[in-house]
Parts: sequence; C-alpha cells; structure tokens
Amino acid sequence: MSRDATAEKLSLNVRAALLAIVLLVVGLGVWEGVNHSPLMGGNETLSEYEQLLAGADERASVPPPSEIAAKAWKELSNPFYDAGPNDKGIGIQLGYSLYRVLSGYLMAALVAIPIGFLIGMSPLAYKALNPFIQVLRPISPLAWMPLALFIIRDSEASAIFVIFICSIWPMLLNTAFGVAGVRNDWVNVARTHELTSLQTAFKVILPAAAPTILTGMRISIGIAWLVIVAAEMLVGGTGIGYYVWNEWNNLDLTSVIFSILMIGVVGMLLDMALAYIARFVTYAE
Amino acid sequence: MSHAFVEVQNATKRFPGTGKHALPLTVFENISFGLNKGEFVCIIGHSGCGKSTIMNALAGLDQFSEGSMVMENKEIKGPGLERGVVFQNYSLLPWLTALENVRFGVRARWKAWSDREVTEHSMKYLKMVGLQEVVNRKPSQLSGGMRQRVSIARAFATKPKLLLLDEPFGALDALTRGVIQDELIKIWSQDQQTVFMITHDVDEAILLADRIFLMTNGPHARIAEAVEIDLPRPRQRASIIKHPHFYTIRNYLVDFLVNRSSELRSEKPSGHGMLYPTPVDPVRQSSPECATETASASPDTESHQNLVNFTPKETRHG
Repeated sequence: MSRDATAEKLSLNVRAALLAIVLLVVGLGVWEGVNHSPLMGGNETLSEYEQLLAGADERASVPPPSEIAAKAWKELSNPFYDAGPNDKGIGIQLGYSLYRVLSGYLMAALVAIPIGFLIGMSPLAYKALNPFIQVLRPISPLAWMPLALFIIRDSEASAIFVIFICSIWPMLLNTAFGVAGVRNDWVNVARTHELTSLQTAFKVILPAAAPTILTGMRISIGIAWLVIVAAEMLVGGTGIGYYVWNEWNNLDLTSVIFSILMIGVVGMLLDMALAYIARFVTYAE
Repeated sequence: MSHAFVEVQNATKRFPGTGKHALPLTVFENISFGLNKGEFVCIIGHSGCGKSTIMNALAGLDQFSEGSMVMENKEIKGPGLERGVVFQNYSLLPWLTALENVRFGVRARWKAWSDREVTEHSMKYLKMVGLQEVVNRKPSQLSGGMRQRVSIARAFATKPKLLLLDEPFGALDALTRGVIQDELIKIWSQDQQTVFMITHDVDEAILLADRIFLMTNGPHARIAEAVEIDLPRPRQRASIIKHPHFYTIRNYLVDFLVNRSSELRSEKPSGHGMLYPTPVDPVRQSSPECATETASASPDTESHQNLVNFTPKETRHG
C-alpha cells in the first residue's frame, strides 16, 4: 500500500521533471529556430538595400538561446571583474543590488516588527495607526523616489529608502496580525506562570506569531527584489537594474536577457532562503 | 473566626445586558464557600451556571463583579504560581516538546535552578504520568490523552498550593479518562495539594472528591449543597462501585442534576449575609436515625453553619 503510494509519488515527480525538460527544450528550440530562419527571402538574391547593409538583417532580432548561453558562460566564469564605471561583472552588479535590498529590508524589519508587535498587542495603537497604514501602504515605492532624492540628497541612500518603504508594510501587517491572533490560552499559560510582559513577549507571543511574521518577511523580500530593479534604473550607477538599462542603451539584448534570467534566479534564491528559515519556526497545532 | 485555606465570599458575576435598556445578566450571585487545605473538591452543575467563571476567578484570569477571594489570608489578585491551572484544551505550547512544556512551568517556578535540575524535576513528573518515552515529541505528535497528561505533569511539577482543573478529562474517551484519573489520584496522594475541579461526570467526582459542590442552574445560580464523600481512600475505579454507599451518593447527585438543580433555582434563599452551601451527607440522610444523630451530634458545627463550612473528616491531614 505505502510502497504503491511512494512509487506513484516518485513517478509523479519523475513525470513532472520530464514534462518540464520537454517544455524547456521545445521552448528553446522554437526560440532558436525562429531566430536562425531568414526573415526575408532566404536564398534569393539580395536586394539593393540588403547589399548596402552587407547582408545584415533589416531588423535586429531577439538573440537566440545559444548566444545567451555563451554570454552567460562568459559572464559567470568571471563575475567580479571591474573595468570601469560602465563595465563591471554581473556578480558585482548583483552584489550592489543585494546590498541595497538587504540593508533596506533589514532596516524595515527593525522598524516593522516592533511596531507590528505594538499594534497587535494594543487595540488602541491599532485603531490609531491603521488610517496612516492604509493610506501609505498602496503608494508605489517609486513615487517616493523624487521626495527621497530631494530630502536625502544621495541616490544610493534614496534607493535603500525606497526598498525600506516598500518592504515595511507586509512585515508590519503580518506581525500585527500574527500577534493579535495568538491564542488566549497560550497567553493565559504565561499569566498563570507569572511571566513578566517581556518574558511573555519573547517566550510565548513571538514563537506563536513567528510563522505569520516569517510569511510577511517572505512577501517583503519578494517585493523588495522587484522594486530594486526599477529603483536602480532610476538612480543609475551600479546594480542589476542599472545594468539592464545600460545594456539596453548599448543595444546589447543578449546581456539584457541574461541579466533578466539572473534577476529571476537571485529572487528565487532569496525566497528559498526565507522559506528555509521559516521551517524552523513553523509548528503544528 | 477561623479561616479555611481558600475563602470565597459573596461572589457575584454580572454581564451587562445586550439591549439598550436591558437589565444586566446575573450569572451567579452571593456565592460563598471555603476549601480546606489538602482537600479535593469537585464542582458539578449544568452549563452556564458559572463554574468556569469561578474557576477562572480563582486562577486570577477573570474577575467577579462583586465579592472577595482570600487564600491563606491573602487576597487573590491576578494569576500566580501558587495556583496552578489545567485547562480543558490542555493549553500546551505547540512549538515546544512535551519536556520543554513541563520545563517551561518548572523554570518559571524556580528561577534559580540549574538547567539540569529543571530537566530532572520535569522528567520526574513526566515519568509519573507515564510519558518518559515521548518527552521529545511536540504536542501535535501526541494523542489527546497524552497531551492532557503533559498538562497535568506541568501543573503538578510547579507544586502549586491550589490546583485548579477545568474539566480536564472532558475531551477524552472513557478508557483514557479512567487511566488518567488513576494517575491523577496517584500524583495527588503524593503531593497532597488542594484541588478544585470542574467536572460533568458524576462518577469521576465521586472517585476523586472529598466534597462535591452542587450548583443550581443559572442565571442567578448558587452553590446549593456540599456533598460529603466519605468513601475510604485510596479509592480505585474498579472497587469503588462495590462500596455500599456508592450508589446512594450517586443517586443523590444524579437526582440533584436532573430534578433539583432547576427547582432550587426559583427558590429564593432566605436571609442575608453569606450563603454557604449546606453540607449534605447522602448516606446518613437516607437512614433517618443517623440523620438526627448528626444534627445533634456537634453543636459546634450547627452554630457555625452559616459562616464556615467544616468538613467532619479532617483526620487525613492530622
């Protein structure tokens, strides 16, 4: 019985993997094929215009996967080179972005989790702060950028501020929600054992609310990683967002697609890291 | 005037009415009772009569609208470690293992103890409830009976002076309940704590209690009677039902719950001051010659009848 179930589960995983590989191969094959087939005419004699362009395509096409793979190999084999302001390795660019995301995100956590705790514990604080949160939360983080640049007068710090402001809300609201939802029985256990408020907060409420808080942190890191690309396109200088925009200005679409893929991979790794941490605080009731 | 170990006087609980001009709802009114040291008291009554409110007030988690509670001549204000609570839903912290849950209580009680002492003491109580094999499991990996055992171990391990049990076996099946009742008796007979327990199970109350408080139905509920259970200890589930007095007591209790709990409700108790429950011994009541004997036997009891409720058998505690 259980062996059958395991066998079926295995075969499901295997089948899913096979299907994923087939989809990948077909997708890449079509992409590659479309780009290699001549767009006009094929073997016919070149028109005057084509002769002028020495046989180049009239329209630039999206580079095929093989070119991107070659680019990826080249970039990833030397990710940390630094040959001047406009020519840095992908590792350095991602490093700048990660540095901004993580510093803005950690500052947001330091603010959001204590305030979320307060809001969750005190109905008064909740009612008083809720209108502000509801107005501030839907503001696109990039809308803050001009104001941040004006007040902070530093593009680097402004980018970090934008990350801070966008990652604060999910953490704040989830912490408040988790803390407010702590079962009364557990708080009563703390009370009957004469725990101080601080002990209750750390020994009962924090572990009880931790899974919800971690969910908020996971949502926040996802949003922060989405926002950093746009923020860096605006402030420029360094970072993966700036890299994408810079390669677009260079009309190097191979690098653009390669960096898009890298953004996806790093975002997935950030999410996996938080999912991994969440496993340690999850509990079953 | 001598005081019992725990004294509750003139306790009243009212909830504000729901409508605009609605009268407040009085759950119970003018309840007074005492618990003697080392005594096991069960309280029985229908749902809604305010048993849990009384218990939570004693635990310090709820408050009476009026009335006072005194334990060892000190007013009960808020929760405290000298009063341990076992809740019906176990109230274990799900992110801690069984051992860590007991350690949580022990650590709170004896802050100066080393980690080893805390663990040893916790293990001792987990062994008493037969859980030494599963101490590293989380509550979600334990059965309902095992969880309640952990909860009992946690409560007894902190050695509270007064132990409050709120229907601890309510959610368990009959077989498991019997086993844990035996374990409860075993631990209790070692530590001799004062226990106040809510139950809906008449047999359970007879098995465990020295006295059983009978509550009338709410609203305006009161503790009408305090039934003395004089069955010899140690009691065992299997043999206790063969005792000649068992069914006399049981019938008396069932009769109260089925018939008299609602009849007594409309009956306004006469007089003012503190209304202590009337002590009742169903065994003597059923044989008339004994009943008259009790009445005249101890003038001391009679004179205090409206003030303090003495239990005749205090021999166990010297």
